[in-house]
Amino acid sequence: MNDSPPNPATTTEAPTTAPPADKEGEPRSLGRLFLHNLWTANTVTVTFLAVVLAMVIGGILIVVASEDLHPLYGYFFSRPTDALTASWDKVSEAYLNLFRGSILDVAAIEGWINGTGRWHLAFFPIAETLNYATPLVFTGLCVALAFRGGLFNIGAQGQAVMGMVLAGLAGFALPLPPGLHLLVALLAGAVGGLVWGFIPGFLKARTGAHEVITTIMLNYVAALFLNWLLLQNGVKDPARLDPISKVVHSSAQLPRLLGSDLRVTLGIVLAVLAAWGAAWMLKRSTFGFELRAVGANPDAARTAGMSVGRTTVVVMALAGALAGLGGSTIVLGAQANALTGPAAGTIGFDGIMVALLGRAKPWGVVGAALLFGALRAGGNRMQSYSGIPLELVTVLQALIVLFVAAPALVKAIFRLRAARAARLETSVTKGW
Amino acid sequence: MNVLYGMLQPDEGEILVGDTPIKIKGPSDAIAAGIGMVHQHFMLVPVFTVAENIMLGAERVKGGFLDRREARREVIDVSQRYGLSVDPDAMVEDLPVGIQQRVEIVKALIREVDLLILDEPTAVLTPQETEDLLRVMRSLRDSGKSLVFITHKLKEVKAIADRITVIRRGRTVGTASPDTSEEELAALMVGRSVILAVDKQPRERGAPVLDVSGLAVDDDRGHRVVDGVDLTVHGGEVLGIAGVQGNGQTELVEAIMGLRPTLAGTVTLDGRDLRGRSTKDILATGVGYVPEDRSADGLVKEFTIGENLVLDLYDRPPFGSRWAMDLDAISKSAKERIAQFDVRTSSEHAPSSSLSGGNQQKVIVAREMSRPLKLFVASQPTRGVDVGSIEFIHGRIMHERDIGTAVLLVSSELDEVMALADRIAVMYRGRIIAVVPPDTPREDIGLLMAGVVGAEGRP
Repeated sequence: MNDSPPNPATTTEAPTTAPPADKEGEPRSLGRLFLHNLWTANTVTVTFLAVVLAMVIGGILIVVASEDLHPLYGYFFSRPTDALTASWDKVSEAYLNLFRGSILDVAAIEGWINGTGRWHLAFFPIAETLNYATPLVFTGLCVALAFRGGLFNIGAQGQAVMGMVLAGLAGFALPLPPGLHLLVALLAGAVGGLVWGFIPGFLKARTGAHEVITTIMLNYVAALFLNWLLLQNGVKDPARLDPISKVVHSSAQLPRLLGSDLRVTLGIVLAVLAAWGAAWMLKRSTFGFELRAVGANPDAARTAGMSVGRTTVVVMALAGALAGLGGSTIVLGAQANALTGPAAGTIGFDGIMVALLGRAKPWGVVGAALLFGALRAGGNRMQSYSGIPLELVTVLQALIVLFVAAPALVKAIFRLRAARAARLETSVTKGW
Repeated sequence: MNVLYGMLQPDEGEILVGDTPIKIKGPSDAIAAGIGMVHQHFMLVPVFTVAENIMLGAERVKGGFLDRREARREVIDVSQRYGLSVDPDAMVEDLPVGIQQRVEIVKALIREVDLLILDEPTAVLTPQETEDLLRVMRSLRDSGKSLVFITHKLKEVKAIADRITVIRRGRTVGTASPDTSEEELAALMVGRSVILAVDKQPRERGAPVLDVSGLAVDDDRGHRVVDGVDLTVHGGEVLGIAGVQGNGQTELVEAIMGLRPTLAGTVTLDGRDLRGRSTKDILATGVGYVPEDRSADGLVKEFTIGENLVLDLYDRPPFGSRWAMDLDAISKSAKERIAQFDVRTSSEHAPSSSLSGGNQQKVIVAREMSRPLKLFVASQPTRGVDVGSIEFIHGRIMHERDIGTAVLLVSSELDEVMALADRIAVMYRGRIIAVVPPDTPREDIGLLMAGVVGAEGRP
């Protein structure tokens, strides 16, 4: 023996008590800590670089898709500057419009200061961003909550559509006083989504039917139900030939917060409240604890006496209600005032991307929804000013999520140091 | 060891075979370098025959077809050469665990390895099967093979090893010869001296607390694995259930805890029927439960230590109410528990996955003992746990017994059962075949575990 046992009375086994963190000489000063973290593959850095990478690829796509640039590339090898300068101009102009349409339009602000434009034009881009972000916060929270509960809810689309349908019906069919009417319409929307989320939750808890399958199927049912409904008497607007419902009464519409010219409604306030509520629930409520336990390790949750089935049902119903509210903010908000087939767009599917980008955390979802809302708002301007199709925005969104979902790729491209936080939450990938 | 067998890559350092450094990128490189491994969990296809399993990965081919005859001949040849009798035509799923392990060894030998690594090979064996394995290992050594035997059972190390290397927390902390005493070895493993014997004071047992009679339970595949079990655990008594893994102990405990439906018989706690009640109810009536599989059922690894310490208490005062949890109370109590149960961690906010196995187990034990108990059910409470934590956990279990709690201890480690239990019930194929006092000779209990009921067997 080359190692005599120390005195048992005094030992506390030094190596085990030391925290595992001090392996690689932690930088001391705050500034160095910041730099250190900046170049490790943490969530913020990876997300930012994912956006940058997506924009780079988007730029290439713009060049490829712009036919007016093609002749310049014909003589690329004799005079490359022509092609490169023109490409740069094209791409930078497109992205400048993307920025102007979503965040800040310098011209509008100058106009406001000079008195040639009205004040609200300066806030127009931000207002549009919030407008498009509102339903995405709800559907993003819907998917994120389910993720945290270990469920892959592909059904946010159907749940949002059912929410929109019930909110819309309540909005034009019920004669109620202002205020109460809005409340009832929102409630109806939440119930619509709740029922559509409850069904797959119940089927999963009772029969083990996989929620991915059932929610996808229910998406079709919801979409086709809406199409059928729009042809029914009493729903269809008799003054129109196309399938569109009657108009939601103004008493049931979400009030605009900054005047009628800006499409910012009470919906964004509700969305932030919902995110706050979800964050509180996950962190501090007993149900949130059950949800996280069931999501991370259902066997241990069951052994500790939790009811996995009940939690599954409640999570899905709650997630559905959130998506239903998201659908409601469309028909009761500024994006539409009547039900149509495509009114809900793809907010449910976008919600999946938002939840992934927000790493299934409520405030992360809000950030991701704002980014997607900004891309959408800016995309409108990019389309009309630069002639870049709106589909490019969808490509950008998809690329961002792709890079975030594959952090190893971003890490390899930018040679970042490894960090644990870069991986998506395990609950996100565990849904399957 | 996974590095040696090519399943993990080394971060630094090198591996020498003979005098030449080699790079092992995968198991096939390892085999080519003459290194074979018998894993703790066997890597066999249950519905293949022994010969087919051994052939797997090194198939003999003749004219495009598998040459089964040649494979059979090889199996018989190797098993005769080393005294490892296996039937090449038996279906692996029909074989007892000890023989399956032999198949694994033959599989390695047939690939002509010089170094055989055995990773915790005795965890799943009866004492008799362990004896057989040690005999096989001796004959392999005598025929010139090198063996690396990884185990945490000190007795076995001393019985077989020519040289002993103690590894603690990824470092070689010492080497010893087999005549070193168990206490010295344990001290090397833990880094301080440990008391291996459990301090068991004689104690009058109290009134019956848990009463199980005629219990029948099916496993997940619908096989009857608990078949008419009767047992009674009294207050202030440790009833140990000895038995080789897979004889229905797991399902018996799960049925008691309400985690598995009971098909016949009764389970009562202080005279109240437990059948059909939820696990939550059962835990709340004063039952503490340490599940067999710590990482699957005992902890949520992603959760912090503090959260895991309230995993089944989160909605009860003082930690929470119907709706909200009191995070301050949880954190305060967690700090106390961590100190009281000697959990080695930097903070109660650290994720449980950062803890060693022994400390994870202490978290579970701390949680389950943090409320007044009538019955404490511990299933394999020290599996894969370091010697220091074993000592600590054993002490806590004896303390529960001494304050009058009824303790049901299920363990496949016969030494553990013999050290802690006041009475030992031996379980075999879903039945309790004998209840014996703890001073019964090891060999007799070993025979009972193998299903051999002698004249003295019945209580």
